[in-house]
Amino acid sequence: MSAVIESHHDDHHHGPAKGFSRWLYTTNHKDIGSLYLWFSFIMLFVGGAMAMVIRAELFEPGSQIVSPEFYNQMVTNHGLIMVFGVIMPAFVGLANWMIPMQIGAPDMALPRLNNLSFWILPAAFGVLLSTFLMEGGAPNFGWTFYAPLSTEYAPPTVTFFIFAVHIMGASSIMGSINIITTILNMRAPGMTLMKMPLFVWSWLITAYLLIAVMPVLAGAVTMMLMDIHFGTSFFSAAGGGDPVLFQHVFWFFGHPEVYIMILPAFGIVSHIIETFSRKPIFGYSSMVYAIASIALLSFVVWAHHMFTVGMPIAGELFFMYSTMLIAIPTGVKVFNWLSTMFKGSLTFETPMLFAIAFVALFTIGGLSGLMLAIAPADFQYHDTYFVVAHFHYVLVPGALFSIVAAVYYWLPKWTGYMYDEVLGKTHFWLSFISVNLTFFPMHFVGLAGMPRRIPDYAMQFADYNMIVSVGAFLFGLSQLLFLFNVLKCVYYGKSATAEVWEGAKGKGLEWTVDSPAPYHTFETSPDLTNPQTNN
Amino acid sequence: MGQTKNVFRLLLLTFGMFGFGFGLVPLYDIFCDITGLNGKVTGPTFSSYDEELETRTMKVTFVTLNNKNMPWGFKSDAPQMKIETGKDYLMNFTFTNTTTEPMVAQAIPSVSPGRGAKYFHKTECFCFEQQYLAAGESITIPVKFIIDPEIPNDISSLALGYTLFDVTEQFAYK
Repeated sequence: MSAVIESHHDDHHHGPAKGFSRWLYTTNHKDIGSLYLWFSFIMLFVGGAMAMVIRAELFEPGSQIVSPEFYNQMVTNHGLIMVFGVIMPAFVGLANWMIPMQIGAPDMALPRLNNLSFWILPAAFGVLLSTFLMEGGAPNFGWTFYAPLSTEYAPPTVTFFIFAVHIMGASSIMGSINIITTILNMRAPGMTLMKMPLFVWSWLITAYLLIAVMPVLAGAVTMMLMDIHFGTSFFSAAGGGDPVLFQHVFWFFGHPEVYIMILPAFGIVSHIIETFSRKPIFGYSSMVYAIASIALLSFVVWAHHMFTVGMPIAGELFFMYSTMLIAIPTGVKVFNWLSTMFKGSLTFETPMLFAIAFVALFTIGGLSGLMLAIAPADFQYHDTYFVVAHFHYVLVPGALFSIVAAVYYWLPKWTGYMYDEVLGKTHFWLSFISVNLTFFPMHFVGLAGMPRRIPDYAMQFADYNMIVSVGAFLFGLSQLLFLFNVLKCVYYGKSATAEVWEGAKGKGLEWTVDSPAPYHTFETSPDLTNPQTNN
Repeated sequence: MGQTKNVFRLLLLTFGMFGFGFGLVPLYDIFCDITGLNGKVTGPTFSSYDEELETRTMKVTFVTLNNKNMPWGFKSDAPQMKIETGKDYLMNFTFTNTTTEPMVAQAIPSVSPGRGAKYFHKTECFCFEQQYLAAGESITIPVKFIIDPEIPNDISSLALGYTLFDVTEQFAYK
């Protein structure tokens, strides 16, 4: 009798539970990583559907499909969902899956907190999306929710938006505390800080950024809440407040936030490029210092988003130069990736294609960022489609491509099966062509003066907008191919080896465990103190 | 070992940064006062100037604006004034409640160009004060000011703008 109970007891601890409760109660970093990734995948299609509505409306000049009010709701929620519901959770999901495996830890440091940080996220987006069904409609003030648009002139549902942001913030902060504690306390013996994989480094720094700025965002929305409901005047000029203060507080959060969405991508791309170049990464320590410098600089550049609101000339100059300074560490990274590929024996599997596209297209986005950093020129570019082109270049073929690359790169490790390479390459080429078709012409219409966030436009922008819309529809459709490929891999894929990629040998601890990675890995720490066994 | 300590430190950082977010509010006001950013001006200040300082003439424009649907009548006696720096001047502003309800209003000042703001000294004004007027009532309030003789020479004119806000609702709150 007791023997039977014992063996039951053992089962319970060595495999995942069955059914929905497995996912609801799980404290396993791999389960939670998968939850984050699937959540962000679903939100990608939700936010993507909104982008399709926007592009359908802009297919031709004039009012076509939706009312201007609904168009504003689409623009706002597309931005909020893509930033907080897709890019950020996807990176947290990757962190959950990979960080413990890359540092030789059995799990995250705070597994129950980990479960909580995931499960409040669907609640937050449930609250946000439920506003579409309410009187007054969903938030319509842009993802930057500038006061007084988001206070005095906001729809009544703004309160739900505020609470949704509070919950998302809490989720990110808890996730970050967990990640930092895991990295600082749970590395395998012998893995010193400067031996950590670059993805781990990029996440360590990103997590610090999150802890530094998400509370400021929480403060900003709390001030909004008080202005709306409790008669304070933080952002209301009538009571001695100042709407410009909102922009300062928001961008003090907002600028580090954009690096939160790109630093983990730097880590991912470094791993993929070194694997498929069959060389170690060029300039490892300069990569680490570059990430750290970018993170530090991100705190002193925020006002470059608001050159046109009025600033002393000294302020404009300071923010212009400090912004341009960021090009230096970023350039170091781009040159290091190129040097890693130089004279490497390259192969072009799907993850590598996405990683190379990342380097090229992210650099285009970086260059238009430099143009926007020039304060006198920014007066021309501000709030035009040039800005839209810029940040979509860094976020779509930047952050999103890196996530797609990471999924292709590690999917065989997660599932134990290979994805379909032909489908993967088709997905890549369709995405690559359509992403440029979508976002490149936006530079031209932006420079010609087409304003952003407007549901209609002047006749002279008609041709380019039609091209952009066609590109966007194609890009949207190609992501269905990605979903199909992932599902095909999970259900019909061919078995993968432990090493998966020929070039993965010695490229990190995750390649030393079986494919699929067992439910529990590194229950005894690998010993890396001996240089022979050092990966 | 060290894990609880790490978590504690990170929590401390979180709450610290939440506080810092609110700290930005007074910091921003101080920063604006120092730089005259956004044409922010301080309340009544008194200062007299050395007779020796070189003075010059310049133009001051008065702008009165009603915010949103504020129905009050609000204007200055004259739209413009030629003044000499370092001397006292006075301009009358008239407020009229044109509605049939008692209302509370507040006028928020701003000086343009912003970098001229710190040279615009008001010795008497209604800045940031809430004004109650019964239905149909009218009131005239003076603003006394001196332009600092040390104002940079490339500023040839200044504009003092007031935006009138309806704060009846906020007033009812208190």
